[in-house]
Amino acid sequence: MSAVATVIECRALSRRFRMGEGDVWALRNVDLSVESGEYLALIGPSGSGKSTLMNLLGCLDRPTEGRYLLDGAAVERLDDAELADVRNRKIGFVFQTFNLMARQTALENVALPLVYAGLSRAERRRRAGEALRRVGLEHRVDHRPDQLSGGQRQRVAVARALVTRPALILADEPTGNLDQATGREVLGLFDELHREGATIVLVTHDPKIAQHARRRIELVDGSVRADVRQPEASP
Amino acid sequence: MSAPALERRPAGRSIPLLELVRVALEATAANGARSLLTTLGVVIGVASVVVLVSLGDGVRSFLGEQFAGLGADLIVVQPGHTETSGFGPPLENVQRPLTIADSKVLAQRVPSVVGFSADLVGGGTVSYLNRSRDVMVAGVGERFWEVRGMRVEIGHPFSADDEAARRRYAILGHTVVHELFADENPLGKTIQISGAPFLVVGVTAPKGRMLGFDLDDLAFVPVTATEDLFNRDFVTEILAKARSHEDVGTAVAQITDVLERRHAGHQDFTVHTQQDLMGTFNRIADTMASVVLAIASISLVVGGIGIMNIMLVSVNERTREIGVRRAVGARRSDILAQFLIESVVVSLIGGIIGLLLGTAVVLVAGLVLPSLPARLSLWIVLLAFGFSAAVGVLSGVLPARRAASLDPVDALRYE
Repeated sequence: MSAVATVIECRALSRRFRMGEGDVWALRNVDLSVESGEYLALIGPSGSGKSTLMNLLGCLDRPTEGRYLLDGAAVERLDDAELADVRNRKIGFVFQTFNLMARQTALENVALPLVYAGLSRAERRRRAGEALRRVGLEHRVDHRPDQLSGGQRQRVAVARALVTRPALILADEPTGNLDQATGREVLGLFDELHREGATIVLVTHDPKIAQHARRRIELVDGSVRADVRQPEASP
Repeated sequence: MSAPALERRPAGRSIPLLELVRVALEATAANGARSLLTTLGVVIGVASVVVLVSLGDGVRSFLGEQFAGLGADLIVVQPGHTETSGFGPPLENVQRPLTIADSKVLAQRVPSVVGFSADLVGGGTVSYLNRSRDVMVAGVGERFWEVRGMRVEIGHPFSADDEAARRRYAILGHTVVHELFADENPLGKTIQISGAPFLVVGVTAPKGRMLGFDLDDLAFVPVTATEDLFNRDFVTEILAKARSHEDVGTAVAQITDVLERRHAGHQDFTVHTQQDLMGTFNRIADTMASVVLAIASISLVVGGIGIMNIMLVSVNERTREIGVRRAVGARRSDILAQFLIESVVVSLIGGIIGLLLGTAVVLVAGLVLPSLPARLSLWIVLLAFGFSAAVGVLSGVLPARRAASLDPVDALRYE
């Protein structure tokens, strides 16, 4: 790896929600730097603000205050369409419930972000096929989600997250809907992606799953309580 | 991880229409029965437009042919003034009937016509031996045949002498001959018309139907004979035929002038031309067309509301899908386009089904009722597509805007 670049740079990031009479600060003055190739777990109980932080990191939401540089570009003041483009090119999402398009094949699902990137059909198919091969599903290209197992569906979702070669992979409880064995399989895939140099932020409430990451950030009441790094070792 | 980074899609550039249509077709097919029922309003609306417009079109061209058969230069003078204008106290009734004498004076003083024929038309029972038939009895002037463009096929037309002598001669139409005489030769036979004896002197060439009226189911007699038969001293109308198409206007002016003088300066008669009649029928046809369109639009509006409703349901059901699409890079405008296109696709499917249904109805109607003049044409097809596309756009706007306005975070969290 060449010079290490900073993928995420948050400064005093805060997010306030209006709730009935008063305001609630879901996130308060969060400072966070994540460098390229890091594998980071975001942990905390429900209500700790980890979903709010994930939405901000994923450019699905905008901070009330503070700065957020993603891959070197300030995104906190971008408009809606610009944020959509940032999500498209720089972020790959993996969701707990897979969130695949039920009527489309694995290949079409993986190619979906490329549709919004404006690529030609041939180029989309080529890149999507490559991404499916990367997650070991080259033999399931034309299967629809209901013809795939839970683990395979999540691997299709991972392929969809990889297909744009994003700066950041954001996984929100990616094993929450899987049994232990397939959950381990998917986490193994994240480990591999990490070894290949991908930058991964894994959001989870489960400390055992967080063990897979090299760095753990614990959120409590909207603030970072702990930031723990552990040496590179096999899980 | 070595491929080039993605370029940013230029602002305002939408994703390809083909992609949107594909997604729309998938979504529509996934809810087959529901989508089909949704389009029912549009199906019925478009089908009725196709059927009624085809029928109207057919009737219009049918009437056109009929009027062309009348002869373009026909002029009809009828008693009474039918086109009044302005308000004011009702005029004293000075209506004077038209008479054979009127037509004789016109014949002397109006050079721009081929001839005049004063006709007195009434109903009568024609009988021969033990057969009888109720027909229209037309008392006609000597020049009737050339004025009206009809021909005596067997025998000879009435002469000026026949008319002056009030001879009880009859020329029969084909239908009458067939019904009364079957295969017998009618010439020289004596028939009874409403009890009075008439000698058959001719048979007309078949003329067919005109506006539903069988022109071969007539008995022609000299107009003077009908005066005696019906005990009248006035006629139903005076027909004339202009020498040429350019002469029609002059002829109308001359006829009006001559008759007004004879009628003490009162215009108590009406001069129609074939163009007037056609204009009237066209106005009727236009009115019919607007009524048809009004009815069809109601059905299309109802259909549109149906589509809007189902699209709102669809947006609601697919909230999470919208969230995912937004997460992977769809802009609001992409979502807007997706649902708008879907609405148009649903509506167009309804339009196509309606078009096929309407076409089938028109074709079947043509087979079952050959006399029903229905005609399909390209512009009806275009109209059907135009209507259904417009309904799709209008009913898709609200649901599509709602879909596009969803917040990605909320949409992803939606259960």
